[in-house]
Amino acid sequence: MQMMQTQSPTQHKKPFITSAMAETLAAYGFLAPNLIGFLVFTSLPVFASFVLSFVSWDLLSPPQLVGFTNFIKLFKDPLFWKFCWNTIYLMGSIPLSMAGSLLLALALNQKLKGIVFFRTVYFLPTICSGVAIYMLWRLLYNADFGLFNLTIAKIGEIFHIPLKGPNWLTDETWAKPALIIMSVWQTVGGYNMILYLAALQGVPRDLYEAAEIDGASAWHKFWHVTWPQISPTTFFIATMSIIGGFQAGFDPAFIMTGGGPNGSTTTIIYYLFNHAFQWHQMGYAAAIAWLLFLIIFLFTVFKWKIFGKAVYYY
Amino acid sequence: MDHEVNVETLKRAARIKMVVQKLVAYTFLTAGAAAMVAPFLWMVTTSLKEPGSIFSYQRPWWEDWIPIQFYWKNYVLAWKAVPFARFYINSIFVSICVTLGQVVTSAMAAYAFARLNFPGRDKLFFAYLATMMVPGAVTMIPVFILLRMLGWIDTYKAVIFPGIFTAYGTFLLRQFFLTLPKELEDAAKIDGCSYFGIFWKIILPLSKPALATLTTFTFMGSWLNFMWPLIVLNTHNKFTLPVGLAYFQSLHFTDWTQLMAGSLMMILPILIVFIFTQRYFVEGIKLTGIKG
Repeated sequence: MQMMQTQSPTQHKKPFITSAMAETLAAYGFLAPNLIGFLVFTSLPVFASFVLSFVSWDLLSPPQLVGFTNFIKLFKDPLFWKFCWNTIYLMGSIPLSMAGSLLLALALNQKLKGIVFFRTVYFLPTICSGVAIYMLWRLLYNADFGLFNLTIAKIGEIFHIPLKGPNWLTDETWAKPALIIMSVWQTVGGYNMILYLAALQGVPRDLYEAAEIDGASAWHKFWHVTWPQISPTTFFIATMSIIGGFQAGFDPAFIMTGGGPNGSTTTIIYYLFNHAFQWHQMGYAAAIAWLLFLIIFLFTVFKWKIFGKAVYYY
Repeated sequence: MDHEVNVETLKRAARIKMVVQKLVAYTFLTAGAAAMVAPFLWMVTTSLKEPGSIFSYQRPWWEDWIPIQFYWKNYVLAWKAVPFARFYINSIFVSICVTLGQVVTSAMAAYAFARLNFPGRDKLFFAYLATMMVPGAVTMIPVFILLRMLGWIDTYKAVIFPGIFTAYGTFLLRQFFLTLPKELEDAAKIDGCSYFGIFWKIILPLSKPALATLTTFTFMGSWLNFMWPLIVLNTHNKFTLPVGLAYFQSLHFTDWTQLMAGSLMMILPILIVFIFTQRYFVEGIKLTGIKG
């Protein structure tokens, strides 16, 4: 960013509106629509929600200031910690999906014919509405005639052993893995694969040529050339996915499991939704939101402190 | 002589290696594509089955994959069960408003941040950046309360206005505007062109790729958004498609053939649009990914 100082070398007779004033006026004119909306729908709500987190309010009776009660209650709320764990568990899809994205990108980077076709197919789940996808997967996970359990039974038939798949979405142990599998399917060929593909295409050719002259194997070339070269992308994807992951999980759980069985697929944001918009405990919900914010903030700080140096920037 | 033979064999080995490598890549990519498409195929077949016959041990397995029955009535039933046409119109209207609003206001603000000098500019921009870190969950509750006080709950306004103003759009466009050469503007300024003239005649035409990216992403984000419309809309006739589809599921929780028909009706138009515009998506992702 360049700061340009307009200084007139000689002092002329001052006009009514100086050009600097005109520029300021113009700037605020351009800013106004966005700035007003930004203030009303983003800035002020941030402060309002901070105040709300110290208030008890059910939207019907007048709000009451309760100090730190919401936060103390939240820290003692075993459900909150359970749902925090659920949220982190479900983030298990992130490394799986990223590894898959990288593999697909590596395959797509082989200068093959039909790349556009494959890329389009892989991108399909990303552009389809979540709700339709989640309904489809609710069917696929059906215990009696879903695709997964039919396939498992078929495999059992082939080996003459009676195999029976789990009740994916209604069994506490299987509901989270089921959501993870679906999430990997949904995200593996989306944004991350395309970012990886762009990163792979950006690796300088001569690095590979140099490695080949040194007699490096394919694995060595990947590990010593490709991986360090694309690590800024890996870092970017991982950071964005984790920040997103803390706030994720509402849509699929709402459609597929309703947060159950026994709260095993309820995430932090789902809990917040329930408190705010089902039970109208606005203060408590605001406290959840701020704790979530705090978690994300701490993660971002730690990320820079610990991993900041492990990335190869050129 | 020996040396030449050696080169020939080496070349052949390299060629064979290339072919094997490509074969492995193709096999892997095809398997991946099959895994991507299989659930969609299952959806199509299910949507065409007779309601009572969604599963049967008497059928050969491949009949679950290839539609051999064409029970089109599922689509008619789904279409009639909830006002799908209305959901479509709502979704289109809301998404267009959000996209237009966001692109126009973001571009204007981004121009001010990128090109104009005014007191407090850097502080204000920092404030914009800082809020990009704040999760949507934090502002969700106060915005809901604000809309409730305004009496906007259960109106399109409640979906549209909070969707328009994001720091993200301003940030993306500002970064792009900064990369544009300044010479043209300086020339225009000397010719007495106003700030609006510069914005309208120089900056915007030069920024088509960035504007296209923001348009695509905003439209898609708004089209797919489920949680916020679910929170602020109550009347069935005002539902956007995702909320409408969820409502449909709540009414016909186990009518799988109808549910799949409804889902397909919802997905299909987007699929068609995507197949023709996928290039923009890809370019857009690269642009934002590198800038972000």
